[in-house]
Amino acid sequence: MDQQQYQQIEDQITPPTPYVKNVLKAFLIGGLVCTIGHAFTYFYIIFFNFTETTVGNPTAATMVFIAALLTGLGIYRKIAQVAGAGTAVPVTGFSNAVVSAAIEGKTEGFVLGVGSNMFKMAGSVILFGVASAFFVALIKLILVTMGVVEW
Amino acid sequence: MVILFKTKPSILACGSVAGPEERKSVFYSYFDAVVEDERWNQKTNEQGQAKMIQEACEIIMNKANLKNLDIDFFLSGDLVNQMTPTNFAARELASSFIGMFSACATSISSLIVASLLTELSASEYAIAGASSHHNATERQFRYPINYGGQKPATAQWTVTAAGYALIGKHNPSLPSIVAGTVGKVIDYGEVNPFHMGGAMAPAAFDTITAHLKGRNQKISDYDLIMTGDLGKIGLKILKAMFAQTGAQQNELDVFRDAGAEFYGEDEAYLAGASGAGCSAAVYYSYIEQQMKSGRYKRVLLCATGALLSPLSFQQGETIPCTAHAIEITME
Repeated sequence: MDQQQYQQIEDQITPPTPYVKNVLKAFLIGGLVCTIGHAFTYFYIIFFNFTETTVGNPTAATMVFIAALLTGLGIYRKIAQVAGAGTAVPVTGFSNAVVSAAIEGKTEGFVLGVGSNMFKMAGSVILFGVASAFFVALIKLILVTMGVVEW
Repeated sequence: MVILFKTKPSILACGSVAGPEERKSVFYSYFDAVVEDERWNQKTNEQGQAKMIQEACEIIMNKANLKNLDIDFFLSGDLVNQMTPTNFAARELASSFIGMFSACATSISSLIVASLLTELSASEYAIAGASSHHNATERQFRYPINYGGQKPATAQWTVTAAGYALIGKHNPSLPSIVAGTVGKVIDYGEVNPFHMGGAMAPAAFDTITAHLKGRNQKISDYDLIMTGDLGKIGLKILKAMFAQTGAQQNELDVFRDAGAEFYGEDEAYLAGASGAGCSAAVYYSYIEQQMKSGRYKRVLLCATGALLSPLSFQQGETIPCTAHAIEITME
């Protein structure tokens, strides 16, 4: 049996990735995560002295804290198996990546373990996030200078 | 390459130990010990795995009424970098030791070498086997344990388990090793590390076919042909390969897979179990006991291993795989 024949057999038997189902689940659960985030936004505006521009920080901090807690309790990965991108894309996914890597490194000590492993997963998010933010800002600056849009 | 063991070395005793998650295994009742703490009350996963290996060896020595110094050879491997858990367990065992790596096929490659040493009369008692630890293996090969990555239906769950067998001179009332086949490395171009069954099935097919041909046997000469950790999907693929070469349904029923059955139908484990400890713990508990009870007279155990590393996969390499087989009979 050659490689091509084998590929046929393998493709026939291997269940296809349920993209539509995965996208739907990610949309619903991701949406739920964001709705919870929004509830915190209203909570901080109504009960504390936050405005719509300043409320982002405490909201993100709360969501990050909840995700970190659920990661430590081993619940986050179980939700993520169902949610996929729904729990990976929001800020909670970033928290999960950082915290799970930090917990994993604990047995190698705080410097060589936690410290050097913490951003192993999230490092590329930071790098490409910062880089793309820079370029988006640059494009906007050019457009504003040219008078196409306003700040 | 089929090796015939004329002196028919016997499996004198077996020891199997598993972690807390493995309570859910359908083979649970066959294991000698199941531990509550996944780190065996040690500080690290790796120390826990070493402890698990030691415990399996101690169980064997107790069963056979032997001491450390009676063991001539210890042949074993695991999946952690440089196999430190096995090496550290060997330090405590203090027998002549060769670390063996055939990934998840180590349960059988070590058994083949132990049988050869026994055949040569170089060894009176040799312990062979393998182990894997879920947390220690996952963090090395994939993501941190608590990272929320969605796994596909083809993914498998690395078991926390160790299985070891004591090999000695032929004893007609015990399962005996009559032949073995050392597999080649087969690579059919699979690149997805979450589809090990698909990567390893061709290796199992190649080794089983080579063994049957070398021994001039048919599938139906066996009561059971059990692969290691192809998983539910990999086993289906293997059966389809044999079906294409003309095997009938009753012949295909001879095939089983330790990984596919390990956690039963529990969907949380996706395509089933994997890991060096998966085949080792099933072969050296359930299979040994089934043979002793007379249910099976002739079995072919074919453990499969994916010879990849996280580095090789990230560098875009395909996944080379191997499979080693051993034929065990009960008189």
